[in-house]
Amino acid sequence: MVTTMTQSKMQGCGGISGKTILPDKTGHFGRFGGKFVPETIMPALDQLEKAYLEAKGDPSFNAELDYYLREYVGRPSTLYYAERLTKKLNGAKIYLKREDLNHTGAHKINNTIGQILLAIRMGKKRIIAETGAGQHGVATATAAAMFGIDCEVYMGEEDIRRQALNVFRMKLLGAKVVPVSSGSRTLKDATNEALRDWMASVRNTHYIIGSVVGPHPYPMIVRDFQVIIGKEVRKQILEKERRLPDYLIACVGGGSNSMGLFHPFLEDREVNMIGVEAGGLGIEIGQHASTLTSGEIGILHGSSSYVLQDEDGQTLPVHSISAGLDYPGVGPEHSYLKDIGRAKYVSITDDEAVNAFQECARLEGIIPALEAAHAIAYTIKFAPKLSKDKIIVLCLSGSGDKDSFEVAKKLGYKI
Amino acid sequence: MNRIDRKFQELKIEKKPAFIPFITAGDPELRTTRELILEFEKRGADIIELGIPFSDPIADGPIIQASYYRALMRGSKVAHVFDMVTEVRKKSEIPIVSMVSYSTVFKKGYQNFIESSLKAGLDGLTIPDLPVEENHELFEIAKKNDFKIVCFVAPTTSDHRMAMIAQQAQGFLYYISVVGITGVRDKLPDDIVQNIKKLKQMTKIPVAVGFGVSTSDHAKMISTVADGVIVGSAIMREIEKYEKEPTEKLIKCVGDFVGQLISGTKG
Repeated sequence: MVTTMTQSKMQGCGGISGKTILPDKTGHFGRFGGKFVPETIMPALDQLEKAYLEAKGDPSFNAELDYYLREYVGRPSTLYYAERLTKKLNGAKIYLKREDLNHTGAHKINNTIGQILLAIRMGKKRIIAETGAGQHGVATATAAAMFGIDCEVYMGEEDIRRQALNVFRMKLLGAKVVPVSSGSRTLKDATNEALRDWMASVRNTHYIIGSVVGPHPYPMIVRDFQVIIGKEVRKQILEKERRLPDYLIACVGGGSNSMGLFHPFLEDREVNMIGVEAGGLGIEIGQHASTLTSGEIGILHGSSSYVLQDEDGQTLPVHSISAGLDYPGVGPEHSYLKDIGRAKYVSITDDEAVNAFQECARLEGIIPALEAAHAIAYTIKFAPKLSKDKIIVLCLSGSGDKDSFEVAKKLGYKI
Repeated sequence: MNRIDRKFQELKIEKKPAFIPFITAGDPELRTTRELILEFEKRGADIIELGIPFSDPIADGPIIQASYYRALMRGSKVAHVFDMVTEVRKKSEIPIVSMVSYSTVFKKGYQNFIESSLKAGLDGLTIPDLPVEENHELFEIAKKNDFKIVCFVAPTTSDHRMAMIAQQAQGFLYYISVVGITGVRDKLPDDIVQNIKKLKQMTKIPVAVGFGVSTSDHAKMISTVADGVIVGSAIMREIEKYEKEPTEKLIKCVGDFVGQLISGTKG
């Protein structure tokens, strides 16, 4: 029995047993998930689900996806032993899963390549997307450019200000960036606007959602395109350490990089999972984006999940220094993992993230995205409490080049 | 009998279509909303669709979004909307169906929300982000209380889905005239007539048409095939126009506009 288990792990099998395959047929993860969207786009969700399930079982689709991930994205990304960070913290051994080394500098492209291949399969002629930090927007614009498809990206005006570099990159890539001036002018509002576009354009347009959020089948599809992160980690850590890690740590906004890392390990009880949310400036309403640690179950952007909202179900304002985590919702599967106790969720403040951003740059020569800096900040607090024989794998979800201006401003530098 | 059912029975005898104006609760303020409902009734409106403001309405265009935003900024809470409906009920028996986000209904709890709605004097709900697949529990509670959950059909809806929705429908069916969000439009699509005819073969429930219906000509065209005409954004645009004017002027001007739409609808 033990031998069989080990063998299956050595082969890099995901280890998800038939029983726990979620979502169910109706798109629910326990009491979370579902499809809460206007009737106009319900048929498109059905079409997408059907197309995805067909593609998933089609070897030629998978071969094509593998080809682009390998030749264009540059996968597999490395699992790098962060020696100086480990020594400094003097606790658990820390490995960084280097998603920042992917083409476009973040994990987002794993999903956009997959979804654009799906869009082509469905005969859709136009792509839309929402973006917060701009990483998903850039990854979508990149895939659209490479396949020669029209692309429009919705982005909140506040995020356009914070992420000017990514806005320029998207334009260079031939995408149209549509500024969103409603509401808080951030990721939530960009998502609303993309959904409204889709309401009108659904017959010829595919909406590439960038995280494991939204109505079914999106949380499932985005997860499946991101599990490559965890599958590679499993193989790499077994090669390096001959065993599975004790802790997986990743940041959670919508939750795509963390879900990609966690999911292939769900059945491995010895592997602990920690998702790190944006604690912003503090616990007061409007000062943070810690959906799982301080939200309640509700409905946002087409699914049921933990959300930050008031007693009338109105979405509350959120804040994070990181545009990619500045979101009042979270993927339904994370809510499920929290409820069943499989993953733990914690929160890190803006200041802690900015410190970790600098620490990682100085100790490892890697400038992490502010999103990933939240995961590093938690690791900095947590690793010293663990013995040296423990292993942490941290998902370094993206590069911090895009954040240089924002951090410089925060630290009082003029660029 | 539910006021919506009674109204459609009366209209059937009169052989007239229903005119259903949409109005955001609390824009510019709830007192004005109450007066506007009474004014619309006086002008000949048959049913009121009362929008409960929501922070993130994905089916709504810029005009209704902005009206929701203004109402929320002035502190309009769901409890206040119910209070306003209670006030209307002291003077009027016009059927009122509330358009509300599923987020709000879910947060308040099905039982609680329907009980509060009934107590205030509402006759039904339209929940644009709640498709038939997800509404069973809410439906059961509503049915027990003769409270109507109005379902939507869109131009993108397949025949198979249409039949499924038609079977569940209560009160009336809301046919979304355009592929898109709410808003003012110059022209309505050509497939409306064909789709409504198809829908009417599947169910005896009245069919009302909304989204994009902006002028009395549109209303006239729709009233030849459908049982009801819903106008939202065009009315909210008028309200926005007179928002800074004295309330009496606002009520008169918006009332005049609704009056024109009613003449278009009823011929």
